[in-house]
Amino acid sequence: MGTPASAVRLRTPRRPRPPHSVNRPRRSLTLTLLTGLVLLYSLVPLVWLFINATKTQGSLFDSFGLWFSGDFALWDNIGKTLSYNDGAFVRWLLNTLLYVVAGAGGATLLAVLGGYALAKFTFPGKRAVFAVIIGAVAVPGTALAIPTFLMFSQMGLTNTPWAVIIPSLISPFGLYLMWVFASEAIPTELLEAARIDGSSEIGTFFRVSLPLLAPGIVTVLLFTMVATWNNYFLPLIMIKDPDWYPLTVGLNSWKDQAATAGGEAIFNLVITGSLLTIIPLVIAFLLLQRYWQSGLAAGSVKE
Amino acid sequence: MTTLSPPQGTGRAGRSGPARVPRKQRDRRSWTGWGFIGPFMAVFALVFLAPIGYSIYLSLFRDQLVGGSTFVGFENYQRAFEDPQFWSALGRVSLFLAVQVPIMLFLALLVALALDSGRLYGANFFRISIFLPYAVPAVVATIMWSFMYGSRFGLIGNINDAFGVSIPDPLSPDLILAAIGNIVTWEFIGYNMLIFYSALRVIPHSLYEAAEIDGAGQLRVITAIKLPAIRGALVIATIFSIIGSFQLFNEPSILQKLAPNAITTYFTPNLYTYSLSFTGQQHNYAATVAIIMGLFTMVIAYAVQLRGMRKEA
Repeated sequence: MGTPASAVRLRTPRRPRPPHSVNRPRRSLTLTLLTGLVLLYSLVPLVWLFINATKTQGSLFDSFGLWFSGDFALWDNIGKTLSYNDGAFVRWLLNTLLYVVAGAGGATLLAVLGGYALAKFTFPGKRAVFAVIIGAVAVPGTALAIPTFLMFSQMGLTNTPWAVIIPSLISPFGLYLMWVFASEAIPTELLEAARIDGSSEIGTFFRVSLPLLAPGIVTVLLFTMVATWNNYFLPLIMIKDPDWYPLTVGLNSWKDQAATAGGEAIFNLVITGSLLTIIPLVIAFLLLQRYWQSGLAAGSVKE
Repeated sequence: MTTLSPPQGTGRAGRSGPARVPRKQRDRRSWTGWGFIGPFMAVFALVFLAPIGYSIYLSLFRDQLVGGSTFVGFENYQRAFEDPQFWSALGRVSLFLAVQVPIMLFLALLVALALDSGRLYGANFFRISIFLPYAVPAVVATIMWSFMYGSRFGLIGNINDAFGVSIPDPLSPDLILAAIGNIVTWEFIGYNMLIFYSALRVIPHSLYEAAEIDGAGQLRVITAIKLPAIRGALVIATIFSIIGSFQLFNEPSILQKLAPNAITTYFTPNLYTYSLSFTGQQHNYAATVAIIMGLFTMVIAYAVQLRGMRKEA
């Protein structure tokens, strides 16, 4: 009788056990220290970013990079970052929010509806839909960006928010996750029962299916949010007007200005702006751990 | 049997679905699926299919100052195959792929195995912290690392001052590819680690118990049970990394202003298409290079998939 290991652990958390076994191996200090090297590698740049966001332009140059120095200028830096150039940073932040809400929200909506259709319906051309989507996923996104730009510029869409939002609406990975998730989370019998009770397809979707899909939806939303928030190439080619820049492109223009001879050196603002840019996503990831972990599990185990 | 992986799901639904339903009802229901997938497919056609079609069209023409656009057949493709800048860019990303991807995936796998072994103190903290760089935009990651690389107020400068040494400049032409490789590794190590870790978590524990009874050591458990069990995840991570390497654009493009001598306009194929269309106004040729790179990536990704899945077939 093989009792599942997790059940054993749940039921007998405190009972003394053999010192080390398959289910409860002995902790290893050596292994922890070795893995700690990768941990340091991952965290040191973020620590560097935080420490240097507290420095003034002057002490950036004459102090050790991984420790605080002089005045704690973080609040001052934040104030300057937000107000520099008539509040360009705030404008870019609002643009980014617009792109994320419309782009990631729309992408999630389309992926949920599409994944539900693929998982729970038979329809003419379904095989063709599969073939086209799977084939297109292998096409590198950046290879599409330039043709899309040329097409959008003929349609007069470039330099408007639409040029960033419309391409963000398609998330093949999101569609795939929702399809796997819907296959497993919604029993077909439940849909049959709702139909027999006379519920319309749309009614069934909202009342029966949507609540069951909620954890999958949060996962897809999180990943499409990261993709839109971090997007650089697409807005770089689509948007020429700094008023419509998202944070990524805006920050890069500040960095270029700081690195150009004769340009006003604003390294402290670039660093503080970078810190402000990553904080919302880091918080989202920390708060929603349960979801992205289960989402990646679904995405990697099934193929 | 409610769990089904997608490909089986389609096959099953395709075969057994319609048989159970009366004909009239099936027809009605069959089109309702389009009501749900229709919006996705419409936008998909606009931002995926139309650009692909448009770039194929562009690649067959040439814009001339006099006479406008003329049909030139495969002339643009021929030009690409004879273009040393294109080959240089392709060679560079291939080198990047051959060196950076194995290092990154190997490190990610080691961390995933360490986490999965249950032998770490504070495993949760490890998992979350190592994943965190994935949430950092490429722009911020590159800005951060390029400042740290810098000798003026970066860590390299600090180390040089403190020890009286002079570490070679990572942004010099000889080292720039390694410097970019380090940034990309930093960004994606945690993401790949998590893919591997998630796959490791679903291996049934009874296998480990059986291995323990048979007296198998840790290394044997890893090579005989764990690695074969996560083959699918390894293949997927490899394919994602191949696509990422061939698409390399953000990091070199952001570093370009800081290291203009090291990063040419044809540093990677994507940077090349970008410069061709935005500086050179050579849209037709840019579209051609994009198509060639797309085909190339698809062929390689497909070959890896076939090879990786061979034993399962």
